Amino acid sequence: MTRSGRLAGAGAVVRRRLLVAVPVLAATSIGMFALGAASPVDPAKQYAGAAAFTASEENLAQIRANWGVDDPLPVQYLRWIGNLVQGDLGWSTSRHEPVASVLSARAGWTLLLIGVALALALVGSLLLGSLAAYRRGGLFDRALRTAAYAVQSMPVFWLGLAAIAVFALALGWFPAGGLTDVTATSTSWADVAHHLILPVGVLAVSQAPWFVLFVRDAVAESMRDDHVLAARARGLPGRTVLFGHALRTALLPFLTLVGTHLPELVGGAVLVETVFSLPGLGAVTVAAALGSDFPLLAAITLVTTAVVLAANLTTDLAYAAADPRVRLDG
Amino acid sequence: MADLATRPPLLHLARSRLRLRPGQTGVVIAGLVLLVAVVGSLLAPLVWPLDQSAVALDQTRLAPSWTHLAGTDDLGRDVAHRAVYGLRVSLLVGAVAALVATVLGGVVGGIAGMLGGRVDRLLMRMVDTIAAMPHLLLGIFIVAMLRPSLGAVIASVGLTHWLSTARIVRSELLSLRTRPFVDAAISGGAGRFRVLTRHLLPHVLPRLALATTLMIPHAVWHETALSFLGLGLPPHLASLGNMINDGQGSLLTGAWWASLAPGAVIVVVTLAIAVLAARWRDRLDPRVRAELHL
Repeated sequence: MTRSGRLAGAGAVVRRRLLVAVPVLAATSIGMFALGAASPVDPAKQYAGAAAFTASEENLAQIRANWGVDDPLPVQYLRWIGNLVQGDLGWSTSRHEPVASVLSARAGWTLLLIGVALALALVGSLLLGSLAAYRRGGLFDRALRTAAYAVQSMPVFWLGLAAIAVFALALGWFPAGGLTDVTATSTSWADVAHHLILPVGVLAVSQAPWFVLFVRDAVAESMRDDHVLAARARGLPGRTVLFGHALRTALLPFLTLVGTHLPELVGGAVLVETVFSLPGLGAVTVAAALGSDFPLLAAITLVTTAVVLAANLTTDLAYAAADPRVRLDG
Repeated sequence: MADLATRPPLLHLARSRLRLRPGQTGVVIAGLVLLVAVVGSLLAPLVWPLDQSAVALDQTRLAPSWTHLAGTDDLGRDVAHRAVYGLRVSLLVGAVAALVATVLGGVVGGIAGMLGGRVDRLLMRMVDTIAAMPHLLLGIFIVAMLRPSLGAVIASVGLTHWLSTARIVRSELLSLRTRPFVDAAISGGAGRFRVLTRHLLPHVLPRLALATTLMIPHAVWHETALSFLGLGLPPHLASLGNMINDGQGSLLTGAWWASLAPGAVIVVVTLAIAVLAARWRDRLDPRVRAELHL
């Protein structure tokens, strides 16, 4: 197939994906809205806060009318989703500011945490997984797999607390939480980096087992391929065979799977941020959940889903572009 | 603990049932751990009753000792004692939620696998799209809207964990449909319903049971994560997630056991379930003995 032919295929793939994603997201948003409407929390009283106990019925009715919470549910839904599609994410009832400004102020830290942790987990798992596959069944392979299973059964927030107990409290190497030193008057990058080492490390380690086990299996598989055997037969050094031949074959399919693991990473980031009191999306999500803040929670969930879908689509298209044999049927 | 006279036959039975090769002690250990965990959490109210609201403010943050095996927390409560009850709640929630997820996934995967074609493609695209939702965020949304409670937590896990089951059931059914015994049944005059219930389901059920078992650790992690965030089970209830959450303050003052001990219980029990399920999967599918478990 010619290059232009492949790119035309990409357009069709994007269309087909959107054709499914849009109705599914719409259905999900209806489900979420219905759940929000069925919630026992009265938005007017919630908005008024403690004043709700002293507020007159007229004032509450006024709030209701302003918010339109007594309109028929389909009308409310259409108003909400219409605003959402136009980029107006609504008003956060737990933080008393627009959802969009909450997200823009906080998303950066979460993205930084996820990005660095993902990069670390990828590099580490490619290295360790390949080494384990080189001598399959050997001591290193067995030790790594045991460690991977063990880490896999540790909840990430427990891992975080254990890391705090060991590295922050017992050894005193890193701070136990926050983004800057309490005595700091300005934000310096070195200080922030020092504070981020532990959370990033915990998130990376907690996500690594899945990657490590996959890389190890994929590389072990490709170690048996003809071209790898040929490379060995030519007497190339082990390092070249492993990283230059076996890992290279296994690399592309692995990279597309990373996209499917992103939702897991987002959940892990929420928990890690909570453990280390970082000012990312995790803290606002939890606060919003405690306050039954529908607009903020719904927006965070739908926006992250859209981002993950876009990332998946991008990796799949990149995969198809990098490997001409691959045809996308979805 | 079984007495000496019955123990060797039990081990022998376990060996022969699981076709253990010598050296597969990991499976035996995992089985024993799970046995102790399940029997312990079932019998706990009879042999070691717990007053959920009792506190002992003169015995706060005591280090682990023979009287308090895992120490005490910031309210002087025995951590080991509450962890037993936490495990009880976690296993209950995990098992029920995993069942809910299995039923949901079984229905969706069953429809896709039985009907095939266009319906199958559409349903599986849907599953792929829903899989892109961060399930912790969706789970948090669900408990936030339903207000934290036992039912909300079960709904939160069930509604976010059915995708893998749907995929498993669907692919099983698709491959089974083309097998000769199904053709034979159809040419013998069996209707669609009879083929499904008498010929396909018996083949799918073991897989489904395995998928449910593999789901339990995920359900437990999800439940403890919600409780840890303060969004799960009611705060006074001894649950593993609540205990880890409560223990954070103690941990920062050096009493690490209040948080880390309940977490260690989760790690050990979920690891045991995973090891047993992996062994079970190898037995179900001896051709592709996976070196990769989980």
